[in-house]
Amino acid sequence: MSSGTLFDKVWDLHQVAKLPGGSSQLFIGLHLIHEVTSPQAFAALKDKGLNVFCPDRTVATVDHIVPTTNQNRPFSDPLAEEMLVTLESNCLNHDIKLYGIGSGHQGIVHVIAPELGLTQPGMTIACGDSHTSTHGAFGAIAFGVGTSQVRDVLASQSLAMNKLKVRRIFVEGNLNEGVYAKDLILHIIRELGVKGGVGYAYEFAGPAIQALSMEERMTICNMSIEGGARCGYINPDEVTFEYLQGRLCAPIEDSWNRATNWWRSLCSEENAIFDDEVLLNAAKIAPTVTWGITPGQSISIDENIPTPDCLEQSDRSIAEEGYKYMGLRPGTPIKGTPVDVCFIGSCTNGRISDLQAAAKIAKGQNVARGVKAFVVPGSEQVAQEAKAERLDEIFREAGFEWRDPGCSMCLAMNPDRLEGRQISASSSNRNFKGRQGSSSGRTLLMSPAMVAAAAITGEVTDVRILLNKAL
Amino acid sequence: MDSNSSFPKGKIQNIRGRCLILSGDDIDTDRIIPARFLKCVSFENLGEQVFADDRKELNGDHPFDQKINKGASILIVNQNFGCGSSREHAPQALMRWGIRAIIGQSFAEIFYGNCLALGIPCGTMSEHKIATLETIISENPMEEWKLDLNQETLNNHKTSLGLNYQPGALEMLRTGRWDATYQLTSNSDKLTQKLKNLPYLNQFNN
Ligand code: SF4
Repeated sequence: MSSGTLFDKVWDLHQVAKLPGGSSQLFIGLHLIHEVTSPQAFAALKDKGLNVFCPDRTVATVDHIVPTTNQNRPFSDPLAEEMLVTLESNCLNHDIKLYGIGSGHQGIVHVIAPELGLTQPGMTIACGDSHTSTHGAFGAIAFGVGTSQVRDVLASQSLAMNKLKVRRIFVEGNLNEGVYAKDLILHIIRELGVKGGVGYAYEFAGPAIQALSMEERMTICNMSIEGGARCGYINPDEVTFEYLQGRLCAPIEDSWNRATNWWRSLCSEENAIFDDEVLLNAAKIAPTVTWGITPGQSISIDENIPTPDCLEQSDRSIAEEGYKYMGLRPGTPIKGTPVDVCFIGSCTNGRISDLQAAAKIAKGQNVARGVKAFVVPGSEQVAQEAKAERLDEIFREAGFEWRDPGCSMCLAMNPDRLEGRQISASSSNRNFKGRQGSSSGRTLLMSPAMVAAAAITGEVTDVRILLNKAL
Repeated sequence: MDSNSSFPKGKIQNIRGRCLILSGDDIDTDRIIPARFLKCVSFENLGEQVFADDRKELNGDHPFDQKINKGASILIVNQNFGCGSSREHAPQALMRWGIRAIIGQSFAEIFYGNCLALGIPCGTMSEHKIATLETIISENPMEEWKLDLNQETLNNHKTSLGLNYQPGALEMLRTGRWDATYQLTSNSDKLTQKLKNLPYLNQFNN
């Protein structure tokens, strides 16, 4: 059993009671809600005659269903409009702060909470969305929950949960030029498997992790869930504090100093005990691309799609399913695979540094003929920053569409979707069958810079070649 | 369809009602409530949508459409009922149609837990007993039954059949402690204590 880790400390601090069924009641410091998973929870609350216990620890935004071309109300999709109207009235009735469209802070829930300084070290954070793990980048214990747990958190600011084990993933070395946080996390998932993290919280540590910016750390923690880990976190340090200082909801003045002292005290002890430890080397990682239908089915840009005989027995049947669905042949290179759609955005890679990295590749270039490429900033604030740096112009000039913020084609609950068997180069996090809105649509996950490179050449491309040209 | 007031509440010891048979193994949550009904803002209409595709296919002949089953509240199923996704919409849909208890050969684990969270007991019987039960019900579908959780039996005026429950679940149902929300909200003193003591909720003074 783990001890002395940040996870243990934060868990112990938030444990309220032991419940009859044997699980723990865990206090939730910050509850984030959005339009898709909250309506039934509010309805259930009403059924039970209960109120929201801590409206001021609950924050809402709208992201999944918003259109990215025309956000005027009412939305053209009546179902989407109804979902937003429901969220608005629930927030109004329960005194919950909602960052709606045009507020300056609307955006993907996992982009805006850090941006606002709501996400802080040492908190427990829950949201009815599996990518809540993103917030662990700050040294918070953050995990996605189901609708009945959303109801429970609304009603009691707590939920019933069993403690997770802790695995430390220690990453030595440094990422090479043209290799990004996305490549690192795809590599980790490839190494440990999509079910490898089940029952675990992942602590990401080591020099390669410490060298990452906060936005890169968020990309890493975001995809913990794709590796099966309900949450992932990074011990807070100066990089964390620097990011937080001055943000809207960050502590100020005297309490800032008290805060940083407390945050430091939460870090995993030098002699902390982990349930498991894994060692990796960042310097060995190349730009990574998925070829299949799970985020674990990825290879380096220089590799060939694996043949069944070089896979573990247990991975073979899903690989067969992957070849068939993707229409890709084992033993052939992924490089050069033509793409139809290029999507830059999502809670994994829709932040300003992601857009900067992609713009660097797109600058002065043209999107390949026949390719539809679009950029969806993760939030209104990201959009604003990008415009201030004229990234929108760079993208537009290169032939990308510049859209309004939202989840967009990450899961295609809005009008942005693949059609038929189209294949996308996507900076999002899931390449499941049908994920991007067409039941036969295909997704290749990669870093935003790699997506930009694919947009320019019209095929899966090693971004390092374009980077060298850009220099 | 039942009104909200009759949804399970408190101690669950006896459930009275007619039985309805839904035959077949491995009935998954996609069949119970097809995915397209997940894009909704409340669980309210799920009662009408339960088994939507299966019912459409059978055009009025599905057990959930047959007149004789109207108002039945004890669902009899076979093996591995409720397998598939973890969607809570599945037990919600059954509950909103009027189901208050399910008896079958076996249940998918997540589905079992989701039912428990709604106060719907899932009891198991051997294949042989289920078959016997199905015969009795088919012969007299209008008959009232009593599910007795204290005795762990299902009874009508002349038959009594034993069934099994997971001890923890049974205890939670009988004592009325199956409702996680209730458990969590009943610790409000301790929750208030957390609100007072957590550093980040108190300008980091603690
Ligand atoms: S961007 Fe994608 S993964 Fe992230 S919250 Fe939205 S839909 Fe979920």
